[in-house]
Amino acid sequence: MADKKWMPRWFYQLASPRWCYQITGKLLPWFAVAALVLLVGGSVWALAFAPADYQQGNSFRIIYLHVPSAILAQSAYMLMAVAGAIGLIWKMKVADMVLKSAAPIGASMAVLALATGAIWGKPTWGSWWVWDARLTSMLILFFLYLGVMALNSAIENESTAAQASAVLALVGLVNIPIIKYSVEWWNTLHQPATFKLTEKPAMPVEMWLPLLVMVIGFYCFFAVSLMQRLRNEIIWRERRTGWVRELLDKQ
Amino acid sequence: MNMHTNPRQQASEGMAGLFMATCRREFLLSFRRKSDLVNPLIFFLMVATLFPLGVSPESGFLAQLAPGVVWVAALLATLLSMDALFRSDYEDGSLEQLLLSPQPLFVVALAKVIAHWMMTGLALTLMAPLLGVMLFLPAEGMPGLMLSLLLGTPTLSLIGAIGAALTVGLKKGGVLISLLVLPLYIPVLIFGSSAVQATVTGLPLGGYLALLGALLALALALAPLAISAALRISISS
Amino acid sequence: MVVGNTRLLHSGGKLSLTVVGQSVYNGVLIHYRPVACFLKGLRVSEPLLEVQKLFSERDDRVLFSQLSFTLNAGEIVQIEGQNGSGKTTLLRILSGLSRNYEGAIYWRGEPVAEVREQYCRELLYFGHQAGVKAVLTPEENLRWYAALSPLMDAAGIMEALQQVGLRGFEDVPCHSLSAGQNRRVSLARLYLSRAPLWILDEPFTAIDKRGVAAKERLLLEHARRGGSVLLTTHHELGIQGPVRKINLDQLAGTSV
Repeated sequence: MADKKWMPRWFYQLASPRWCYQITGKLLPWFAVAALVLLVGGSVWALAFAPADYQQGNSFRIIYLHVPSAILAQSAYMLMAVAGAIGLIWKMKVADMVLKSAAPIGASMAVLALATGAIWGKPTWGSWWVWDARLTSMLILFFLYLGVMALNSAIENESTAAQASAVLALVGLVNIPIIKYSVEWWNTLHQPATFKLTEKPAMPVEMWLPLLVMVIGFYCFFAVSLMQRLRNEIIWRERRTGWVRELLDKQ
Repeated sequence: MNMHTNPRQQASEGMAGLFMATCRREFLLSFRRKSDLVNPLIFFLMVATLFPLGVSPESGFLAQLAPGVVWVAALLATLLSMDALFRSDYEDGSLEQLLLSPQPLFVVALAKVIAHWMMTGLALTLMAPLLGVMLFLPAEGMPGLMLSLLLGTPTLSLIGAIGAALTVGLKKGGVLISLLVLPLYIPVLIFGSSAVQATVTGLPLGGYLALLGALLALALALAPLAISAALRISISS
Repeated sequence: MVVGNTRLLHSGGKLSLTVVGQSVYNGVLIHYRPVACFLKGLRVSEPLLEVQKLFSERDDRVLFSQLSFTLNAGEIVQIEGQNGSGKTTLLRILSGLSRNYEGAIYWRGEPVAEVREQYCRELLYFGHQAGVKAVLTPEENLRWYAALSPLMDAAGIMEALQQVGLRGFEDVPCHSLSAGQNRRVSLARLYLSRAPLWILDEPFTAIDKRGVAAKERLLLEHARRGGSVLLTTHHELGIQGPVRKINLDQLAGTSV
């Protein structure tokens, strides 16, 4: 790992759990404040001030939850797979921990996207579940998350578990575009000309600006929860080392 | 490092020899343990029998269902047979010996998967018309059914082998492997059953087969690498 | 054994011999980098395998740390230790199967990860499980091993089966052989292999007295030809020769 020094210095510093613990400790409050401000501000803006949809009325406002959670579910998978690749190539412990920490957050984002999609579907389509291409892809993404989490918890040895989940996450990453394409194609084959939820022909600025705020807020929230989980994981795995003992003694 | 003792030609001959030796060994193993060979086929037949019993024996209705049912049954039968792919090698220690061979691991992995496919996927493909008849699939659909299975089942075997390699060190890998692999099977299922439907309705088949072929090419290129990485990881614990 | 030009160098008052070229091991040409060999009496020995500061743990328990030793050509090293002291783990690490360790392992002076293919070529590993397929016959099993390893000669299979006392059983499926006979099938690989390094994990389990004596002679013969052996066994070795013992119970936490 250390003999090929063509990556920037911070990359190698990230490999040290101790350094990672300290830097996330410093970043955490900033992201927490940003997440709180953006999410509260964005929700108030979205629910109270953004105009109602001319077709769907107020029920469309659930997209302010649905879209950010769907975007986050996909980003979290990307992050997980990239962390897995880094862990496999550079044998970096912290990357293994990021993979393990990101999976449950991504999975819960996928659940949130599915739940809000179902709630939205009831007034729009008249049923809780419709085999819409986007919802189906999200369901499969959720299954992929479950697979990674199940494999990670089934293997007892921590580093083996991390490497195996990394391989699975990478295989999933290759498959995601294929799955997305095949499901969309299947959907047009079976349900031509259904009413598409998120592909608005033109969303006015007053509508998408609060959405943008919410998306950024969700990213900040994701960063906060990821760092929290990562710090827990670091403390747990490094519990026998001197610096963690010192830290625990101080408290 | 000096490694000029072995000309490249000699190495590639060694690889081809290993590939053939592995295939021969796998065939021998399955023919001596016939249950491994026959069980997935019986399972395939039984799953297809459940649908008329569970839904309706009405011929028009079943004919509509047939492409999907045959494909889902073939997919599950392949999945069922996947767990045994590396398990017996793991248990008797031959997998360790395989990993310590100087020959590239992906050659052996690929040989094992291909031999496995010939004994499950190919057999399922040959048996599929029988199920088609049972489910009143129109005769025009048969070529589509067989061709799509012929191109689709190797992909299923390749992807399934990744799951088998990841779970080989675990005592209860059977359920876990389906959890890992089933979501990855979805594109093959979609294109495969659509191909059958297209031939039933008289639409051209070429596009679907091209898509299935593209998936197979991708799986052939990438899966052996993932399988060998997964085997090394599973053994190292 | 050593072919090529040798030079005597005088450096710092110490006389050392540098060997440049190639060595021939049983007809197989093995190239290596210039290796500095120190003159010890009349014997020139080069470290085949070198282990530096090896550390491994299992379930929060340190098995060994700072474990360093070298294995020279022509040497037999027996790893000793109680059950659970990490003998099998050590052999799995050295064979390259397990990667859960810290420290450095060198093969002929090169980091083992960089010469993986050559290392695998020159290694014969005998693990806890015999690696014998129950539904195949001894001959079919050995043929498969011959295909796996270039340093194994398929032509000698019958001869090897004769040596391990399985002549006449070559066409019997292994599931109808006894446990000891199954291990003998796997041990027949020792007669076929021309690999210089043998790593053997409990090779004598379930083998009768006469079989053990024959295997011990084989190990000694291998060492005489310039090969080396790393093994674990609960059995007291009756070999009179270059056997060194490394005790993991004593070594844990110390360096040699």
